[in-house]
Amino acid sequence: MAKVTVDGIEIEVPNNYSVLQAAEAAGREIPRFCYHERLSVAGNCRMCLVEIEKMPKPVASCGQPVGEGMVIYTDNEKIRAARRNVMEFLLINHPLDCPICDQGGECDLQDEAVGYGRARSRYEENKRAVTDKYLGPLVKTVMTRCIHCTRCVRFLAEVAGVPELGGTARGESMEITNYVERALSSELSGNIVDICPVGALTSKPYAFVARTWELNKTDSIDVLDAVGTNIRVDTKGGTVLRILPRRHDGVNEDWLADKGRHAPVDGIKYRRLDRPWLRENGTLREARWDEAFDAIAARMRAVAGARIGAIAGDLCDVESMFALKRLMAGLGSGNLDCRQDGAALDASRRDYYLFNTTIVGIDEIDALLVIGADIRREAPVLNARIRRRWADLPSFQVGLIGAEVDLTYPTTWIGEGPAALACLLDGSHDFAKILAGAKNPAVIIGQSALTRADGAAVLAACWQLAVQFNMIRSDWHGFNVLHRAAARVGGLDIGFVPQAGGLDAGAMLAGGVDVLWLLAADEIDATAVPGSCFVVYQGHHGDAGAARADVILPGASYLEKSGLYVNTEGRVQAASQACFPPGDAREDWTILRAFSEHVGHRLGFDALAGLRAQLAAEYPIFGDIGDCRRLASLDVTGPAGDPAGMGADAFARPMPVYYQTDPISRASPTMARCVAEIAAPMQAAAE
Amino acid sequence: MSMDAKHVDQPKEFAFDAVSEAAIPAIIATYPAGRQASAAMPLLDLAQRQMARLTGHAWVPRAAMDVIAARLGMAPIRIYEVATFYTMFHLAPVAPHHLQVCTTTPCWLRGSDAVHQACKAAAQSDPALFSVEEMECLGACVNAPVLMINDDVYEDLDGARTEALLVAVKNGVAPPAGSTIGRRGSAPEGGPTTLFMVEAADGAKP
Repeated sequence: MAKVTVDGIEIEVPNNYSVLQAAEAAGREIPRFCYHERLSVAGNCRMCLVEIEKMPKPVASCGQPVGEGMVIYTDNEKIRAARRNVMEFLLINHPLDCPICDQGGECDLQDEAVGYGRARSRYEENKRAVTDKYLGPLVKTVMTRCIHCTRCVRFLAEVAGVPELGGTARGESMEITNYVERALSSELSGNIVDICPVGALTSKPYAFVARTWELNKTDSIDVLDAVGTNIRVDTKGGTVLRILPRRHDGVNEDWLADKGRHAPVDGIKYRRLDRPWLRENGTLREARWDEAFDAIAARMRAVAGARIGAIAGDLCDVESMFALKRLMAGLGSGNLDCRQDGAALDASRRDYYLFNTTIVGIDEIDALLVIGADIRREAPVLNARIRRRWADLPSFQVGLIGAEVDLTYPTTWIGEGPAALACLLDGSHDFAKILAGAKNPAVIIGQSALTRADGAAVLAACWQLAVQFNMIRSDWHGFNVLHRAAARVGGLDIGFVPQAGGLDAGAMLAGGVDVLWLLAADEIDATAVPGSCFVVYQGHHGDAGAARADVILPGASYLEKSGLYVNTEGRVQAASQACFPPGDAREDWTILRAFSEHVGHRLGFDALAGLRAQLAAEYPIFGDIGDCRRLASLDVTGPAGDPAGMGADAFARPMPVYYQTDPISRASPTMARCVAEIAAPMQAAAE
Repeated sequence: MSMDAKHVDQPKEFAFDAVSEAAIPAIIATYPAGRQASAAMPLLDLAQRQMARLTGHAWVPRAAMDVIAARLGMAPIRIYEVATFYTMFHLAPVAPHHLQVCTTTPCWLRGSDAVHQACKAAAQSDPALFSVEEMECLGACVNAPVLMINDDVYEDLDGARTEALLVAVKNGVAPPAGSTIGRRGSAPEGGPTTLFMVEAADGAKP
């Protein structure tokens, strides 16, 4: 620890702190453009100048380490004058186009110019102009505004792991560019818009849409992957205009993946179900709520409880699944499943299906085995964390089983299927020695390893491997299941799985039931459902499920309802309603509550608070929202399934196209552009 | 540093030929293991010389930068950054005799304008043979003004001597590099003014 004095405040800070961090610890704000706490220090904007006693000149505080007894002044006349001069230089080539700049109102340069800018310019020469660059369908560039802080260059190289931007030429000719006219290939590219301190990089879909002070801001949770990224939804007049990440050090830090940022903004506007529909004589017609309910109730009364089933989709909130489970129990049905893709997840113990190491715990892993997961696409923000671990720890090793995917850090490819898993278990592969020698080894199992006929055997083999390499101890749990669906962990937590004697999703879809309730379940082969089965689709988008449905009940998307979601590490998080569902659509738990009355099995709650109270009473983990407890265990009994039952087929490629994976992103024109401009050219180049 | 590389017909492919390949291992071995990225500049130079050898035009096509990036395990953009930073790497083809005129203050005070004029005239009348580029300091200010033709620096020029030099170059009888007025090294014009008693290393009296 070093004792320093900042503007007369004496404070002790760790020795590795910079002067800027020490000043912040003392509560002093230092203006900065190039410094970002999650990126390396560049020290090129010179805005963070401070005075340090015994140093003759002002010092850039971001790159200056603290020293014992330093006396720092962050705000005296000398420093203010120095910063004013820096600001004057920065503004020499910066255009005065704030009125037409999308960054206006949330621009670091604009804000600091209020404090340090001169009233008028003394510069009489021509300002330079820079041609705009093409960086893909998500990032718009106005490069004349660029002040060369290189935050975007460092973000892509360090965090995203896709070094595609750089500073070419030098001096007045310097430009930030990718040099080749090609879209950025990162799944995290939207974040460079957030970290750009000026209006050089702005959001292309959000161009000229709104001013920041006109927006209503609602805290919510991203559901387009299972990381549970904390987001802020900006709305104006009831319309969602953009989505930004909200800082959560335990989950997403400052980042948000492109799909979660851009897909819902236009995705929830198109192909929406805004009124109930009823199939009559083979065609769907618009209907009233009571007509739709009557049709379902009549059908349900005609069949036995055991012939009714329900499948929950990937974007559902816990409340609606809980209500549906209660309803099904009332009807006497045990046919429930929240694993519409047929993943062989064992819900009998929580650590069989969680990311037990937790996202924070990634910083302690020293050897990692990835099985059938393309983490870069399935959970981009989580992958950035693993990448940082790789960058921090030179001895960090990653082994990969399954399709050879580029995770943005080096991996050792072991094999493409269960055979590779077997040769780790018998120790015949070299990577087994790395796992055996590691202090905190971990394994990450992706869904493509589990959504197959021998999924249960693979899961059991992975558990066996975790036990064998001492990954499950009283102080460490290295067994991790990486989910793709935001609803999956919540569904497993409330036991939305086949009850005693119940059918699973595959059996229900194959005709095991006569009435099938699809709760926003779209990742299914709906055409395979036999014609005799009466399908109720409750959801928000006209996708695969709705196309097959006999009755459509219009629900709310995640932005239009308050709900709980459990992320892949088992953290319960609450999303707030940002806007209202369109037309006659309703929040999903209210639809189920209303229908329950219609069918004579009234659910015992009338408000969301009551529902949540019952939920928490039955499943205590829903009592502490936001919490994530790290599980550790001495009980190494494995999940159901026999490792010997593994087949020989290679694991399927986990997520071939990142941009369209769910009803919301499939409805989004922005995501369609991403496929055309990013994914398709990359695929063509790979072939 | 020419940024108009975008308007150039870029070859689709580039590969180091046998001559270049022979030189590469020694270049990379100059740097410690794991630091092979340091070889970026020598390899860019190698590629540029190979283009001069094979096509008569010294330049670095983008395909060559991509090849170098792959060879050194770097992101292509890191090579683009280096190649665009240094004026000596040409990103568009230059003529077989590339004239680089220094116009920085010492040369300019000593008459680089006339040298520049002569070079521009030559490039205009004979674009297949000469291309001209204005350079920042070439580091031979004592013998200003100076002109660099490909790798050779000619010093103590004026308009007339530049024209004569360019004619000679065009006729394939380029004089040796160095001062064009017989100055020895960077000794004073018209012979030494001090140290008359000191013999030169080769025994000749100054």
